Formats: sequence, structure tokens, C-alpha cells
Amino acid sequence: MAKVTFREDWCKGCGLCVEACPKKILALSEKRLNSAGFHPAEMTDQEKCIACAFCATMCPHVVITVEK
Amino acid sequence: MSTVFERPKALSDVLMHYCPGCTHGIAHRLVAEVLDELGVCDNTVGVAPVGCAVFAYNYFECDMIEAAHGRAPAVATGVKRVLPNAVVFTYQGDGDLAAIGTAETVHAATRGENITVIFINNTNYGMTGGQMAPTTLPGQVTTTTPYGRDPKLIGYPIRVCELLSTLTGTAYAERVALNNVKNVRNAKKAIRKAFEYQLAGKGFSIVEILSTCPTNWGMSPVEATRWLEENMIPYYPLGVYKDIGGDK
Amino acid sequence: MADKVLVKGNEALGEAAIAAGCRFFFGYPITPQTELSEYMAKRMPKIGGTFLQAESEIAAINMVLGASSAGARAMTSSSSPGISLKGEGISYIAGSDLPAVIVNIQRGGPGLGGIQPSQSDYFQATKGGGHGDYHLIVLAPNSVQEIVSLTFDAFDLADLYRMPVMILGDGMLGQMMEPVVFPEHSERVLPEKTWATDTTKGLRKKNIINSLYIKPDVLEKINFERYARYAEVEAKEARYEGYLLEDAELVITAYGATSRISRNAVNALRAKGIKAGLLRPITLWPFPKDAYKSAAKTAKAFLTVEMSMGQMIEDVRLAIDCLRPVHFCGRTGGMIPTPGEIEAKAEEIARDF
Repeated sequence: MAKVTFREDWCKGCGLCVEACPKKILALSEKRLNSAGFHPAEMTDQEKCIACAFCATMCPHVVITVEK
Repeated sequence: MSTVFERPKALSDVLMHYCPGCTHGIAHRLVAEVLDELGVCDNTVGVAPVGCAVFAYNYFECDMIEAAHGRAPAVATGVKRVLPNAVVFTYQGDGDLAAIGTAETVHAATRGENITVIFINNTNYGMTGGQMAPTTLPGQVTTTTPYGRDPKLIGYPIRVCELLSTLTGTAYAERVALNNVKNVRNAKKAIRKAFEYQLAGKGFSIVEILSTCPTNWGMSPVEATRWLEENMIPYYPLGVYKDIGGDK
Repeated sequence: MADKVLVKGNEALGEAAIAAGCRFFFGYPITPQTELSEYMAKRMPKIGGTFLQAESEIAAINMVLGASSAGARAMTSSSSPGISLKGEGISYIAGSDLPAVIVNIQRGGPGLGGIQPSQSDYFQATKGGGHGDYHLIVLAPNSVQEIVSLTFDAFDLADLYRMPVMILGDGMLGQMMEPVVFPEHSERVLPEKTWATDTTKGLRKKNIINSLYIKPDVLEKINFERYARYAEVEAKEARYEGYLLEDAELVITAYGATSRISRNAVNALRAKGIKAGLLRPITLWPFPKDAYKSAAKTAKAFLTVEMSMGQMIEDVRLAIDCLRPVHFCGRTGGMIPTPGEIEAKAEEIARDF
């Protein structure tokens, strides 16, 4: 069981986490905007997450916490 | 549940001002992680540059000084001479370190000043809107090389690690990149080693970090990581350029 | 250390700095202050201090900024062209509210100028030199003993008001040998440097030394606060020496080396029946305006004597609100006015009394 949480209001929607994810289970939200006006990154399938933390490794604004 | 990844303590709990996808934030985080892992944050003084990282003094939990453009190594020298047992680092961009501050950089290195320099090379002056830097690649378009950098007119980019590796006072010089997970992890190892060398009193250590500037390069953050890989790494090969190892 | 010893001005300055607790000196060779750097290079290692020859004056002043940030008493010295290079760092030191002591042993200018004594950096020293709204405290000794006492004062005032202090001398003073006494320590009680970036040691929140304020209202507020401090300096720290001023009809005014020559001229003029006196500012900033105002009560005219094309003369006129004519006698380029030249000018002025 792995868990990825986003400090969503600090996400600038750069997509580097989406690109880094080996399981391709992250995406920039198409519908939602965060308080800064960015489409934030979100988890699409938490079940498949392997807690590799690639996403957090590439996140420039350090908004991702990974637990397992 | 155990935590696999969380924000390092040495990184202040504030939102950084950097543009979306700019890898300055990753470099900041790696420095903070190393300060945490070595347990030295409360014994550290950092020196911020002028350029995109000018607000770095807001982002680290250690004491911080904001230096004039290019002068961070001189400021760090003053601090280190007063506090020889403290960890002292500078965080500088390419314009700051390799243009206006070339003398300060080279002489801090040749003195073997026992400080660590974190050098962000993103091939342009980001803060002022993307002008030519000393590291701008031949042919690269910037706002002051609108037809591409022409080496016949304005010369060639400076390879900082290669330059500094010729100096006896340089203990450690390595070039890393932040374009993918593997390289980010290597970057952290290099940063850690640089700080460890300082703690061991070995002399001047520098980590050159190839970094992206999506905003001024005019591309998406992901495209920027590819541009870095395809254009910067061939000109600025990654690797260790100087390592005095266990000597001294 | 209460014994009198015979020393050169440059060396007296170095020894006084050490006695005042300065352990960090960052220098760069330039005539005519090199002797001070050489003296520090010899002395600092023997007392556990640091002498570092920087790669440039720019680097040296920034090393001072770093050392001062870390809480130490730090000093650099140079001569005119080198001080121009330090201008950037001095502005940052002022903008960061850091104490520092900068010595300028002036030489002729502009440009590379010459290497002979001069006072042509008065504007640079008192009106800024670097960019932005700021001041330096500027101290102008006229004897080797005063070099010693003002060097002590320089470090104390810098710490007290958290601002850079300049000791403004010239090649004549630097080379002059006189007997001096070195005080053991200063009498002042100084505030703790709680602002220093000397590592948190886990005991406090981080300190930031900075001169950048992106929001204009914040920068304005910081500048207002700094100028409130400057007002306090102006109210408390202006100093001067008066000589035969009580009944002086002609007030000769000069600082540093030219004040010594002017004093001889005053004596000669008195012997000729001309009521001359000497007003010597010891602090050039803050300028001792009140002393000029009160001298203007008896004075029919002022005569400023400078080794420049006339710089301090503007402050003299401002200080007395142009109530009296202010004349000028000066040499420039490294030439030194003689007592005879000053007397001749004074006699010409006094003919109209």
C-alpha cells in the first residue's frame, strides 16, 4: 500500500512528476485549478503506486509526500 | 505507514518563487536534504547570489547572506575565515559565477577556500529575462543573441568545472544534471560529497548543476529536460573533473 | 601599553585596529596605503588574526562584508581608485546594516591620477560613493595619535550604529612619524550582535543579512529607519576642533593634513594682526554644522583649505546658509598648499574687512 499526497496549492502544474512516473498514474487535472490558477498534478490510480518517489524526486516545488 | 519521501527540514516551509518546471527548486531541495543528512543545518551559513536564486535566503533554514552580483565566494570567504568550523556554501547561477564573479570564483578556488559552491548552469540570465550567459551554447538564441550565439563575435561558452579543475586549490569539482530521476540522484550524491569534503577540511568544492529554464528557453518543462539532455550534456559532459580523494 | 612609542601613521592605524579587536583584515596593494596591508600581513598571524590579500578591492570589501556578517570586527584599506571599486561593497554593507571599517589613504585623481597626497575623495566619502540612500561615518585624523584614537572610535561607532565607517587620510599622514600612546580598550558599552549570521546553533531562528527589498513600501520604510539612525549619529557624533575661534574674523577651515598647515598659517596671520582662527572638522560626516554656525557669528569670512579643486567648501557654505563669503585656497593633483599660499589668500580676503 503506497500513498502519494500533494500539497496542491503549491503545485505549479509543470508536469515533471507526470513524466517521471514509471506507472503512468499521475496526470495534471484537466478540470480543476488550484488557488494559484494552475492545473495541479493528481493521482489517477493509487492502487498501482509502488512508492518509488520518482515523482517527488523531480518535483521542483517539493509538494509531494510519499508513504508506504 | 512509513514515509518514503518528505520535505527536508532545512528547506524553509515557504513556496519558492521559481517558474513552473524550473529545476532550481530541485537543487534547493537536494542541498537541504544534504544539510539534514549531515546534521549541519544549525552550523551552516549560506550565501545567495544575484539572479534567479536571489531569494534563496528565504528558502534555507540556516543563516543566510544575500551577496552582491558575483561576490558570493568573497562573502563566503569572509564568513569562513571568521567561522572556520561552520559549513559555508554559496548558491550561484552562471551569470553570477562565470561572468561578473569570475575573479571571485577562480580565486576562492585557487586559495583552496574551504567552502562549497553550488553552481546552477542553465545557459542564460533567467531573472532578467533570458539574456546570453557565459554558458550560452553556440547558436543558442537568447534575448541578446537573437540570431543565435555566434562564437566569432562573442566567443565560446565557459566550461567551469574543467576550468577550475586545473587549480591546485580545487578539491572536488563535479558536473551533474537535473533532467531525470537518475541524474537528480547522482546530483545529490555529488552535493553530499562536496559538503563532506568541506567538513573534512579538504578545500574548495564545486558542484555544477545543469538546470532547465523552461520559461526563457520557450518550451514546456518536460521539453526543457529533453533539450538539456540533447544540447547541454554533449557540450558540458557530466562527471567528476577533480577529486583529490583521501589525500591532503 | 601606556608608554609612548614612535610610529608611522599607517602602522599606527594597523596597530590601533588590532588593539580595538580587529582580527580580520582584507587588503589589496595600492600606493600609498600598501604599508598598512604589509603591516597587517606581518602582525595578524602573530596574534591569531587573519590577513588575506584578496584578488581585487571588490573581493576585499566583500570579504569584509562576510566577516562582519559573521560577527567579527573587520577592516579593509585602499587608496582612491581602489575605494571606487569598493563602492559597490560599501553600498551593500550600508544596505545590510553591517558594521565595517574602511580606510582610504587618498591620492590624486580622477582616474589613475597620481600617488601623492590628496583630499579629492571628500565628495565620494561624504556623499555616498556607492549607489543608494546611505551615509558613511567619515573620520578625518590629523595626527598619528588621532589616527589611533579615531581607529578605536571607528570600530565602536560602526558596531554602535551598524554602519560602515571610513577613516579618511592621505599619504602625508600615513608616512608621518609621531609619538603615540595606544589605549588598551574602548570605554563604550556596545550592543550584542544578535543579528549576526554566525550559525543558529539550534538556539534561535535563522538570521538573514540582506539589502534586497522588492516591495517599494518596505524599502522606503527601511530607508526611513536607517535615516532615523543617521539623524541620531548627526545629533551625537559630530566632532571638530577649534583653534583661536572665539574672536576670529577669518575662519580658516581644513581637515586632515591641510589642517596642520592651516594652523601654522593662523599663527602667522595672528602675528600680522589678522584675527584668524581654525575650525577643523574631525567628522566629515556627520559634518559639524553647529560649529560653523557659531563661528559665523564672529566671522566676516571663511577660507577653506583643501588638497582638491574645492569639495568640502560646499558643506561649509551649506552649514552657514551662505551667511558669510566662503573663499577657497587649494592645490590638487598631489600638490600641497604651503602656509605662505594660505597666508597670501587670507591677507587678500582680510583687506576687505
